[in-house]
Amino acid sequence: MREEASEMSEDEEAGGAKERWAPDLGGGGEGGGSAVPFSDRVLEIVLENVLQFLTSRRDRNAASLVCRSWYRAEAQTRRDLFIGNCYAVAPRRATERFRGVRSIVLKGKPRFADFSLVPYGWGAHFSSWLFAMAPVYPWLERICLKRMTIADDDLSRIAHSFPLFKDLTLICCDGFSTVGLAIIADKCRHLRVLDLIEDYLEDEDDDEVVDWISRFPETTTSLESLVFDCVAGAFNFEALEALVARSPGLRRLRVNHHVTLEQLRRLMARAPQLTHLGTGAFRSGSVGAEAELDLTSSFAASKSLVCLSGFREVEPEYLPAIYLVCANLTSLNFSFANLTAEELKPVIQHCRNLRTFWVLDTVGDEGLLAVSQACRDLRELRVFPLDATEDSEGSVSDIGLQAISEGCRKLQSILYFCQQMTNAAVIAMSKNCPDLVVFRLCIMGRHRPDRITGEPMDEGFGAIVMNCKKLTRLSVSGLLTDKALAYIGKYGKLVRTLSVAFAGNSDLGLRYVLEGCSGLQKLEIRDSPFSDSALLCGVHHYYNMRFLWMNSCKLSMRGCKDVAERLPNLIVEVITDGTTNDAEEVERLYMYRSLEGPRNDAPPFVKIL
Amino acid sequence: MEQGFRKGQGKCPQLLDLIRNHGDWRGKEKRVVKNGVEVEEEEEEEEEEEEEEKLELRLGPPGKEEYWVAERKEKREEPSLLSLSKVAKSNGSIPCFGSKRGFLQDFQQQQQQQQSHERKGSGPPTAHASASASGKAAGANNSSQRRTAAAPIVGWPPVRSFRKNLASTSKPCVESQNRRSENESEKKGLFVKINMDGIPIGRKVDLKAYDSYEKLSQAVDELFRDLLAAQSDPLATGTAEVKEKQVITGLLDGSGEYTLVYEDEEGDRMLVGDVPWNMFVSTVKRLRVLRTSDLSASFLRKVSRKRAANEC
Repeated sequence: MREEASEMSEDEEAGGAKERWAPDLGGGGEGGGSAVPFSDRVLEIVLENVLQFLTSRRDRNAASLVCRSWYRAEAQTRRDLFIGNCYAVAPRRATERFRGVRSIVLKGKPRFADFSLVPYGWGAHFSSWLFAMAPVYPWLERICLKRMTIADDDLSRIAHSFPLFKDLTLICCDGFSTVGLAIIADKCRHLRVLDLIEDYLEDEDDDEVVDWISRFPETTTSLESLVFDCVAGAFNFEALEALVARSPGLRRLRVNHHVTLEQLRRLMARAPQLTHLGTGAFRSGSVGAEAELDLTSSFAASKSLVCLSGFREVEPEYLPAIYLVCANLTSLNFSFANLTAEELKPVIQHCRNLRTFWVLDTVGDEGLLAVSQACRDLRELRVFPLDATEDSEGSVSDIGLQAISEGCRKLQSILYFCQQMTNAAVIAMSKNCPDLVVFRLCIMGRHRPDRITGEPMDEGFGAIVMNCKKLTRLSVSGLLTDKALAYIGKYGKLVRTLSVAFAGNSDLGLRYVLEGCSGLQKLEIRDSPFSDSALLCGVHHYYNMRFLWMNSCKLSMRGCKDVAERLPNLIVEVITDGTTNDAEEVERLYMYRSLEGPRNDAPPFVKIL
Repeated sequence: MEQGFRKGQGKCPQLLDLIRNHGDWRGKEKRVVKNGVEVEEEEEEEEEEEEEEKLELRLGPPGKEEYWVAERKEKREEPSLLSLSKVAKSNGSIPCFGSKRGFLQDFQQQQQQQQSHERKGSGPPTAHASASASGKAAGANNSSQRRTAAAPIVGWPPVRSFRKNLASTSKPCVESQNRRSENESEKKGLFVKINMDGIPIGRKVDLKAYDSYEKLSQAVDELFRDLLAAQSDPLATGTAEVKEKQVITGLLDGSGEYTLVYEDEEGDRMLVGDVPWNMFVSTVKRLRVLRTSDLSASFLRKVSRKRAANEC
């Protein structure tokens, strides 16, 4: 999982202001040398030496606002650049202000792009950033992208432009293929991290797929992390085995589903020092039972394992082999493993120190009961649906949630897909788990009320915002009236990210949220009856937000134009998908603040007002 | 068959109840007046009333009954559990069931829709199925008909595309399956659904795994014991020691708190244990574990009479 790249999800960090909304003081680059008196320059150098101990971007943003001198010093010493919305600022502006950047994090498309709501080709191309950075950041070591489009050409350019390049992390990105990966493997001789997480590689025909694993240099590598479970293509296993053997620093390895248990055993033998292991298919590739014995000894030898994932085609008879490491595991990802509760329970019962658990809803309420009894230290739980459709059977319910709330009191983050829920269970969780920072409940049937009382789910979510004082991220579902949103507006002062779907009765609902949630930064709404007048209620706040997304609501062009006119630095994008004939109707709205004005790479289906 | 219909059985009952409500309204109304408070108890009483309602004499022309029922339905939807009408009424702009058109015509349409919903097993209909459809009064007919089609919504539920179709991709690959079927004899399990009163999630049992009623009863006990304990005493999960879980006994003879019944191909409910095991396995379609107290006395009497007849 992504505990390592915690900056990707800002739920843990308080505040989280990125490139702060501040007037451009200029003088960042050019005011460096000649214009400043010598004595001041000495002070600045002292300041720079002090400021380099500041790592938190929030602190740095604050420091940069003190005065021009501090602004310059901070700009010189910022090593880690975080851009929460790649269109909020132009690459050139960023590279001109910050001259000494070693690591850059860029986020692109809105999150609803993951659910096919943003048409292909919308934007978030990395190439424009790369063109700006390549000449001025020769010491760049790390690139981390989320929901951006990066082409093979870009990967090639990275490999050739940054001789010290160490870390490439791509999360939910698209646009590249094994061709680009081969170039990275070949040319980046100091590569330490190559993490490909939930990316969508370009489709390649069988004969086009490049065996990129074989392209790593023959010498000892400095690889510490190699994650490629999302890369569907086959590769030369012997090459991987040899690569692992000559990478003594390797700590994290997550392989794709082509790797069988026999192969996994060989990998583990080469790298007993692994801490994070993605197990691939977790099925035997051959006939016969001798694989089982050896597997147990493999896990026995891997004394450092704290995180297991994979299990893509799991054969349950081999699961007992992992019991030996379960006691040390802090993180277990079974979210691709189609296992029954009976098969999961023995594993769960061994995992006494688990902090993060991802699983499919096949675990069932009784499996969650086992979790609540065994995993007392659990901080994060995610229950995904095996059958992600509205009218599927659903194997977990309010009973499982209630059990978890009673056993796992230290819970901080939960994502729970179910078909049935009650207010009582949600209220119980709000009281039993006061440390909740992230609460995401997805009742898959739209507008579904409390299973027992038949009432809306207003009271449950109301209790969450009331009782969970640290809550910063909330996703709501089920039958919800304006009352639920009123609760959120009234009590959810720390909420930064809010996802609303099929909720509310009237404009009041959105108004409560926009007027009440003073800390709101990211708001995603779909299929809710909010119209232009509700949209206007947020005009006082939109500059403080990273973005607002609304689809299938009741917005019209006139209302959106109105907002655009009132807020000149807000980019109002109307995305059409060709289904509506009414030109006045706004099907998808994406609004975000920007220093640059409308972007010049918008495709034809995007209209910027 | 008359069985108490548990209130807590999930979303489907609300739709099913409306369909079965043809003759129930008079009886239900009486009950509401009697009890005063229990509007929510409607579902339970209706089931039991159904049998008696059919025999009652009524005044008025035959067709009038449906008209009257539809009217009641309108009123009923005020506190109803149907989420659509709730949203619709406060919103005002979205047409709800039965407004503006003739009651009879609308009721029939509604009935058809709900029946097709029941068949399709889809969730409560939503007016927001497509933004362009909702809010247009002219499309009132269209939107309610669109609901019967139960169009899949883009991006809902919100899971990323590689998490879809997990049921098919995460199974062991074909080669290993073939290998296994060579090693073991061709055994196709006979899985039937089993639901227990008060527990929202049903389970599945493989009847081929058992050869007698006793074994089945034992399996059912083991299956639901944990869940039952968790539900009846939530505090049990908090303790480190394993709580003494109550064994579920007497499923077959009516002596326990719960009784095992099954539904055959015709949908009739029968007590488990009457017929020889093999015959049972060939006709059973679904199992239920119901509270013995909910089974009506007449049902149990009829069954025990049949039993006695078989034993003689």
